Amino acid sequence: MTTDVLNDHDSHEGEHHDDHKMTGIKRWLYTTNHKDIGSMYLWFSFIMFLIGGALAMVIRAELFQPGLQIVEPDFFNQLTTVHGLIMVFGAIMPAFVGFANWMLPMMIGAPDMALPRLNNWSFWILPFAFAILIGSFFMESGAPNFGWTFYAPLSTTYSNGSTAFFVFAVHIMGISSIMGAINIVVTIMNMRAPGMTYMKMPLFVWTFFITAYLLIAVMPILAGVVTMLLTDTYFGTSFFDAAGGGDPVLFQHIFWFFGHPEVYIMILPAFGIVSTIIPAFSRKKLFGYSSMVYATASIAFLSFIVWAHHMFTTGMPLFGELFFMYCTMLIAVPTGVKVFNWMATMWRGSMTFETPMLFSIAFVILFTIGGFSGLMLALTPVDFQYHDTYFVVAHFHYVLVTGSLFSIFAGAYYWLPKWTGYMYNETLGKVHFWCSLISVNLLFFPMHFLGLAGMPRRIPDYALQFADFNKWVSIGGFAFGLSQLIFLVVVIKCIRGGEKAPAKPWEGAEGLEWTVASPAPYHTFTTPPKID
Amino acid sequence: MTTKKYETYYVPAQSHWPIVGAVALFMIAFGAGNYVSDLAKGEGGYGGYLLLAGIALIIYMMFGWFKNVIDESMSGKYSPQLDSSFRQGMSWFIFSEVMFFIAFFGALMYIRVFSVPWLDGAGNNVMTGEVLWPEFTATWPLVKTPDGTVTQGMGWYGLPLINTILLLTSSITAHFAHIALEQDRRPQLKAWLGVTILLGTAFLGFQVLEYSHGYSEEMQLYLTSGVYGNTFYLLTGFHGMHVTLGTVMLIVMFFRILKGHFTPKSHFAFQAASWYWHFVDVVWVMLFVFVYII
Repeated sequence: MTTDVLNDHDSHEGEHHDDHKMTGIKRWLYTTNHKDIGSMYLWFSFIMFLIGGALAMVIRAELFQPGLQIVEPDFFNQLTTVHGLIMVFGAIMPAFVGFANWMLPMMIGAPDMALPRLNNWSFWILPFAFAILIGSFFMESGAPNFGWTFYAPLSTTYSNGSTAFFVFAVHIMGISSIMGAINIVVTIMNMRAPGMTYMKMPLFVWTFFITAYLLIAVMPILAGVVTMLLTDTYFGTSFFDAAGGGDPVLFQHIFWFFGHPEVYIMILPAFGIVSTIIPAFSRKKLFGYSSMVYATASIAFLSFIVWAHHMFTTGMPLFGELFFMYCTMLIAVPTGVKVFNWMATMWRGSMTFETPMLFSIAFVILFTIGGFSGLMLALTPVDFQYHDTYFVVAHFHYVLVTGSLFSIFAGAYYWLPKWTGYMYNETLGKVHFWCSLISVNLLFFPMHFLGLAGMPRRIPDYALQFADFNKWVSIGGFAFGLSQLIFLVVVIKCIRGGEKAPAKPWEGAEGLEWTVASPAPYHTFTTPPKID
Repeated sequence: MTTKKYETYYVPAQSHWPIVGAVALFMIAFGAGNYVSDLAKGEGGYGGYLLLAGIALIIYMMFGWFKNVIDESMSGKYSPQLDSSFRQGMSWFIFSEVMFFIAFFGALMYIRVFSVPWLDGAGNNVMTGEVLWPEFTATWPLVKTPDGTVTQGMGWYGLPLINTILLLTSSITAHFAHIALEQDRRPQLKAWLGVTILLGTAFLGFQVLEYSHGYSEEMQLYLTSGVYGNTFYLLTGFHGMHVTLGTVMLIVMFFRILKGHFTPKSHFAFQAASWYWHFVDVVWVMLFVFVYII
């Protein structure tokens, strides 16, 4: 019977072979194939990463020494704003959706994503949304200059007139994210191969499942808050204006109710990737699989009740400050479970240190540093000192760059052989790793000291005593930015050829994706595999 | 053989509708951005036309895309597994809509419980009340804002109460239509669905009437009338848009039923429209309680 289905399907495919396989640009515009769409997401995110990185380098060039040299303060504000927006919504999130597209169907033994056409739509909205956002640099009003958090009244009363474009660009990228997330949830709930129960899913699948749920829950909140922003700016409402009975702090509450789950949207998939790679190169099963699942779910739940720890200095009632402080510190528990599980996985494993593993180990250590600075920020009394300083900048770059981004590199190196059919150049990969590791710490570690000494974030100039640290930070920034070009070279070389990759290039790797050939055929698992 | 053939999950061939949809959304976003910016500067521009063209294009896309899906479904390409993908997709979509309304309900709660009383000196905000607007008194509905805009609250009796009854009844008739479809009683199905659409349309008509009443000289309840007017119009306005969309969905279902679509076992589109209808109904009940009554 199985063969019947197979043959039937083959002949069915054979008939339409010509009209199904378009070539050239049409293949990419019209595709419904999860692998094509995954590749487009990954390339899009890498391009956005380079653009966002270029903006960051201008910022670091301006901050190389005290005084104003290169850019006007207003343009500096536009740079920090668009850098943040691009990196969050254009680089990190699409990269993870790219991983989800490529790997989820193969990991759960499905023929494709559950809603393939919707999948294509989700992707193609993004380039347009970012065309509007980046295009606003060239408009009369200039790009958004109110910070990626677009606090009212900076984005309402004092906006430079870019608010409308910003709001509508966010609306359509929100639509894209929600549809992409619905697709991920439905795929995981409905398309698992027979026998793959929830607790048999790879942890990678679990983390994306929970992340997608967070996205569906909070992207509409973002849509709501930018809508209020729009009516406040252009249609005379006063949600965030005390003169009409509203409150600017209300903006921060709604924004961070979206924003805090949002930061976990950017880290939970990273946990999934690292939890796939560490066991593979330790040649051991992941330690404490079910505790990892519950820890991920707990972090997701807690992310909804900690938002006001971003707002300790807004004059909240004391009870609020205590509640949000304790809830935030509670997050350290499930996160600690994860870090200990990764270490226990490596413990007495027969480890090797290929590039994906190097990035994963760096992830564990550096993400933990970011986690600890997060714990410091969670303490209300001391947060009054850290608030809006470079300490905060150091904290979220440790979790986002050496956290999320490092996991993306790790995952890319890990699955490149499966994607391209060739092994990447291991030496170049290691060069990329060590250059990134050293420069990223030079870039972000001194920011802790700058912040503790009181240097405010988002300001183009600074007092003289901060000059030395800023010089080193800038040098680290340029080095880190340039190091990423090595990655580009590695990827392009790997696509063009190299040593042929076997179906399973990593000895200790587990999962259905390694049972298909490398490169993975255009269609995989048209009939689901049986899982015992 | 023929039945076995589609036991594999149907992965559609390439489709040009998504990219059409992406272009349409771009035109809507860019057009709306231009339109609103020009409005603020008091200039005319092409933004409005681009916005309208984008909306037209997205309607065209929906026709084409849904026609595609309907054709595939009617020619038996879909499996029960695909059907449950659609069902789950729709329920998660409705969940995302719920979250959208939660943002606005959250704002309403915060304003009523915290920001308005605080402006009058509640909690530890005595000096806020003393220094900023000493004359301000916290009330809800906020009939006089701190900067002195005066308005009136909308009562719950009269039109809102009628609308509540209309919408609650329409939810019941939609359910009757669904039962009729499952029992294959087509005449009853058409009748109940027709009644549902009429009730929905009547609701929208009364909503327009209520708005014109609000915008009259005597009430002076405008969108710009402080946070009471803001929350009132944005909450009821977004709800009204969703009712409009729901009504359009039901009308499409009505025409599909006239064409003989749907069977007692297979009628996902109808069910999705009906779920959506129950969802706007529940949102209205929340609105009625928190915007009008309390």
